[in-house]
Order: sequence, then structure tokens, then C-alpha cells
Amino acid sequence: MKALGIILAGGNSSRMQQLTDKRAIAAMPIGGSYRCIDFVLSNMTNSHIQTVAVLSQYNARSLNEHLNSSKWWNFGRKQGGLFLFTPTVTTNNSWWYRGTADAIWQNIDFLKKRHEPYVIIASGDCVYKLDFNKVLDYHIAKQADITVVCAKLPEGDDINRYGVVEMDRDGRILEFEEKPMVAKSDIVSAGVYVIRRRALIDLLEECNREGRYNFVTDILIRYKSMKRIYGYRMEGYWANIADVDSYFKANMDFLRKDVRDSFFHTEPGVFSKTHDLPPAKYNSGSRVSNSLIAGGCIINSTVENSVLFKKAFVGNNSVVKNCVILNGAYIGDNVHVENCIVESHETLLSGSTYIGENGIRIVTGNKNRYDMPVGEV
Amino acid sequence: MIGMIRKEMIAMLLAGGQGSRLGVLTSDVAKPAVSFGGKYRIIDFPLSNCINSGIDTVGVLTQYQPLVLNSHIGIGIPWDLDRNNGGVTVLPPYEKSDTSEWYSGTANAIFQNIKYMENYNPEYVLILSGDHIYKMDYEAMLDFHKAKGADVTIAVIPVPIEEASRFGVVITDDEKRISEFEEKPPQPRSNLASMGIYIFSWKALKESLLALKDQSNCDFGKHVLPYLHEKGSPMYAYEFNSYWKDVGTLGSYWEANMELIDLIPEFNLYEEFWKIYTNQNIIEPQFVAGSAVVEKAIIGAGAQIYGEVYNSVLGAGVVIEEGTVIRDSIIMEGVTIGKNCVIDKSIIAENTVVGEGTGIGQGEEAPSKLNSSIYGFGLAVIGENSTIPAHVTIGKNTAIKGETSDADYPDGQLASGGYIIKAGDRL
Repeated sequence: MKALGIILAGGNSSRMQQLTDKRAIAAMPIGGSYRCIDFVLSNMTNSHIQTVAVLSQYNARSLNEHLNSSKWWNFGRKQGGLFLFTPTVTTNNSWWYRGTADAIWQNIDFLKKRHEPYVIIASGDCVYKLDFNKVLDYHIAKQADITVVCAKLPEGDDINRYGVVEMDRDGRILEFEEKPMVAKSDIVSAGVYVIRRRALIDLLEECNREGRYNFVTDILIRYKSMKRIYGYRMEGYWANIADVDSYFKANMDFLRKDVRDSFFHTEPGVFSKTHDLPPAKYNSGSRVSNSLIAGGCIINSTVENSVLFKKAFVGNNSVVKNCVILNGAYIGDNVHVENCIVESHETLLSGSTYIGENGIRIVTGNKNRYDMPVGEV
Repeated sequence: MIGMIRKEMIAMLLAGGQGSRLGVLTSDVAKPAVSFGGKYRIIDFPLSNCINSGIDTVGVLTQYQPLVLNSHIGIGIPWDLDRNNGGVTVLPPYEKSDTSEWYSGTANAIFQNIKYMENYNPEYVLILSGDHIYKMDYEAMLDFHKAKGADVTIAVIPVPIEEASRFGVVITDDEKRISEFEEKPPQPRSNLASMGIYIFSWKALKESLLALKDQSNCDFGKHVLPYLHEKGSPMYAYEFNSYWKDVGTLGSYWEANMELIDLIPEFNLYEEFWKIYTNQNIIEPQFVAGSAVVEKAIIGAGAQIYGEVYNSVLGAGVVIEEGTVIRDSIIMEGVTIGKNCVIDKSIIAENTVVGEGTGIGQGEEAPSKLNSSIYGFGLAVIGENSTIPAHVTIGKNTAIKGETSDADYPDGQLASGGYIIKAGDRL
């Protein structure tokens, strides 16, 4: 592969509410066994990209923990590998990443030292499967300066949180509007860009001289008439995690057969860190239906239309319905939990009820497993 | 010399045995590579025990059907045994300038790898077998070995005295020094059974292996230990008092799997402490459909359950179609079972495909016509990569291996005690 990868994983959004108190969006658990960033990392390794830099900034601890070994994505190599760059103070820079373009600019030495002719820039908060080789072939065939991967707006989603793209018949981008009030098209940017490494370096240096820091507004939109910017239409599932509803929906989408078949049962696979957990255990009284259950779960009662991440525990006579239960959550006996996202390592005491009445409720705040009545640990 | 770090203790894991009493389960794989507990292979237990005990150099001696074992072990990544110095090394028999022979006994296999051990200049060598399910801290055993100043320490486990005649038993004094051995004694004088786990001081091991190098089928229990005992070498018994299960027969193998389903199993895989590691590429969650019922079961990653599963252990990637009922069975990785099947008390090995509307483990019991000492316990056993056609009925104490078709089932049946063994793999 003639490209190196850059993953923008610095993001946070207040619309994720308490969910990003713990972690960056790129580290959000998805689909029962994965973290958000696993999808783009797997796409890169499956496209035979050997060198990947992850740029993170907001609440990076959980993400760093997840990426502490690069071998699960096959990046544990002498040539290339996985690099994690968080902002650092240097003699001539004491800024945080001031934007996506600035994040790459602050690591421009890395770009200058590499020898791959192309760069693939992708955000770490999308769920999709894509062969970057095909995008690169398209980029070369169109003699584009920049190629933007585009997807159809996910159904039921709000267009005004996306970058909306309008293309001509050849695929050249005519209009690119960031978060428009009224949209002229339902084709949105998927947050994946292909560009020549030298061209990227020049653009970033120029932007920086002008005090501009955002890749979309200061490069894509500003240069859209000057440069040949093309759109590559990707097929298949694509979701962007930006708020509680889209996060909940992306997880629930994995209960759909087409989504599971595409991610779980079609080569190439999606990789993630191994946790060495035992298989899931269903004790007597378990009634599980239409649900995804990850390794290490122990289930003693009813689970319906839900996604349970690793090591979730469901006690006796409880009902878990239409929920996303994150890793290590403990649900005691006689608990009713419905329309909720239960935070990781959360404890739902026996006899408690949690119901999301108007939309999805986030259950967080009780970590104390030792409050439980005797005989129930 | 810098670069070659001396290892205090290295482990040698004997994984070359067939385990013929597991019947068709070991026709293509060595016993240590047989699946266990919906995720693992038997060898994962001693390998994980090694790394959890701080042993980072393990030689795995292979001989019988090593293919699955080799790819499972790889370079040892799942056990953190991919090391610059030491790590896991697979040791098959090899040709030498003067002789070339297969491993002809447990001690002979170790003797043939004397140079491998010498490379690490160890003080102690731990001898393990890949046949048992247990969690054990070998470091505690080593501490005992050192404290006693032993040449050999044998791990022993108390067994009911009426069962002791099935084992090699040791008779010890109050200090746990071994005064006598008895191999499968008709009237056992002790209930301390040898677990086949030994720590040798390297000097004593090397000396005895060289002294016995011309012994044919040289075996630890039959030759090396008696040799050292006769010499008066200090030998001690290290008593182990926790779960230890021999899974050498189809009955005990089935039973050990079923025990995992208990509410709080005696052998608990859910403890954070002392994890068991394995090489498993299937990581996605399992899907339990709206039509499914799953109760008292252990199910591996990526399985898809549309039917009913009771009291069973299912491996990774298993597919159970709608209308099918599975009871009291072990279904291994990658098996697909079609719609409307009824499967009772069966062991179905990896990647087997069962057509729809088929019954397995049905009818009255009858003794096996193939080998009643292997196929019993009322189990129907199907080897890996087999094919079972749709709408046939298979009885109890049966054995099937290979691609079978309607022609193999007169009247659509394989009666209890019957068998179909086909040569060659399904390609």
C-alpha cells in the first residue's frame, strides 16, 4: 500500500453527555466486542496500510489503554507500525490541537520523515468497512488533489450535523457545506480523505502560516474551486458516532442480520484487543432473545433486544429490555432496566428500576458493588 | 555470554500423545489440541499455568498429528510466550546423523531434546503433560522442591482410595519424602496419585537420562523415577488440593465440560485471577435470536443461536438453526446444525455440518460395535470436518467420522452402537 494512515481520534462532543466523561468517542464500545476506533484500524490493516498515526487529545487514557499493544491489528512490525500522538509542549509550541488540520500540522515531522506517496486521513468515530485501496485507485484515476469518501446519510439521521457534499457527474465536488441548515443533497462526507503526502505538507504549512486549523473548513471548503476535489461514493453500512442517539442506534443496528453479516461474517474481519474472557454463561432462568452477548457475560434472567458487552452480569428475575449494557456492568436481582445505556462497571442494585421514558437514559454514577445486600456478590 | 539469559526453570510439555480413548475426536488431532469448554484447547491449561507461574520458556514436544497443535501455538502470542529469549518452541522428533527415531516414551522424548534444555542452562526442569484440566501454580511447587532439597518432586493429588488402583500412587513419610512407588496397585496403600507433573533438578534429570539412554521406550514412571529412587536420590511428593481432571476418556471429557455449566462450577473460568489464555480469532459477540431459548449453557464467541439449547457447551462460531433442540451436548467451534434437528448427549467436533431434520443420540442404548471400551456412556460422537445428511436418525454409543451421505444410513438410520468411519477429509 502506497499510503500511510492518520486517524483523527481527538474528538469529544457534549452531545454524548456523560458517556464521554470516561473516554474519547473513538474509544466508545460498539457492537458488543469492539471499540469505535477498531473499525478504521481494521480497515487500514485490511487495506495493507503499514504505518498508522493516531492523533488523540480529549480524554485519551481509555483509548491509549486500548491501543497499548498494536499486535491485535497486525501493526506490531519493524517497518511502520502504530504511532500514538497526543499534543506535547515543545520549545516553539505549547498549544493543544486547535483543530484537525492543526493536529496533523503539529506532527508534520512525522509526515516529512515518511516515504509513502499518499496519506489516508480518517476519523476514529465512524463504524464502516472500506477497502482504502479502492479509494486510492479512484483518487489516482481521477487525478484528484484530494478525494473525500462520501456516504449516503444514514436513515432517520439529522443532516445538519454532517458535511454535505454535492458532486458533478464525474464525481468532482462542487459544493461542500459543513452542517448546513438546509441541505441540497443527502450525500455526506464520511470523514475519510486521500491526498498526496507532499501536497498535504504544503497545505498544512500554508494553513498554519495563516492561522487556520480546521481540515474541513480551511482546506476542503476553502480550496474546493482551486483544487480538484473528488468524492468517492462508498457502499454499505456507515454510521458516525456523535451523540447519544446515534451511539445507541449504531449498537442496535448490530441486531440487524445485514449489519452482522457484513461485519461479522464477511471477510476481511474486524479486529480488536483480546481480553481472554471465558465464553458467555446462561444459567437456569435465562431467557435471552434478539440480543448480542459478549464473552464473559453471565445471565440469569430475561434479556431482550439488547447488546451486552463483555463481562456484564444479569441477576435473577431481572428484565433487561432494549438496552446497551457496557462492559463489566452488574445488574442485580429483580431489576428492571429498559431503554437505557448502562455505563461500564456500573452497579444496578437489586430491586431497582431504570427506564428511559423520553428517549435513551444513561445510567451512570454507582460503582459501589459493596453496597449490595449480603449474599449477593 | 550476554544475550543468553540463564533460566531458573524451563518447562517441557509432552504433547505428542494420541489419546486413543477419545476415539474419533483424536483421529486428526493430538489429544492436547482437543477443544474444551466452548473456547479452549486442552493444552491451554498447562501453557497458561506456565506463564501465570512465571515460566517463560516452554518446549512443546509434538509427534502425533501436530498440525492443529502447531497452528494453535504459533509463536505463542496468546500466552505471552513470544519472547526474544526463551518463549515457546515446538519440538518435533528430528533426524540425527547416527540415528533417527520417533519419540518412543515420555523420557525418551525429553532425552532427545537434551540440547534444547542445555541451551537455557536451567537449574530445574518442569515436566508436564497436555492431558489435564487444572489451574496450578508451578512456582509454589518449585518453592517446595527447593525447600526440601529434592532431586525430584512429583505433584500428587488425593483420590478416593477405591479409585487409587487406576493411578500411579506414592507412599510418603511425614516429611512428604517418597519411600515407595506403586504403579496401578491392586491393593493401594496410599491415595496420593501422581499427576504426571515433575520438577527435576537439571543435574539429576540429565544424569538419569544419559544413564538410561539405551532403555527402550524410556518412560518417567516406569524407568526414570525408579532409577533415581534406587540411587537414593531425594524425591518428594507435592500435594495439590484443587480441581484436576483427567479428560482421557469420552465419558470424563463429556463430564468435565458439563461441570462447567454448574451455577458455580468447581472449576471456575470466570475468576480474574489465573486467567486461561487461548488462540481464538473469533471475537465478535454471539447472537441469540428471538426464536431461541438458551438455558444452562456455555456459548463461545460469534455463535448464532436460532434454536433451543439446554445444558450444553457450544464453541465459537457455532450455528444452531431454528426449530433445533440441543440437550446435554458438546458442540465444537464452527459446527453448523440445520433446522429442526434433535440432538441429545452428543459430542460433535469442529466444523461438522449436520443437515436439517436429523436426530442424533436418539433411541435405546446398545453397546458399540466398533470398540465398546471407547464408545460408551450413551454418547453419540462425531469427529471433526464430518458431514451428516438431512433427515437421518443416529443412535447412542455411535461414532461417525468423515463425509457421510444418505447411502450410509440404511432406512435413514444409524442404530445405537453403530459407526461410520470414512477415510480422508472433506475438502
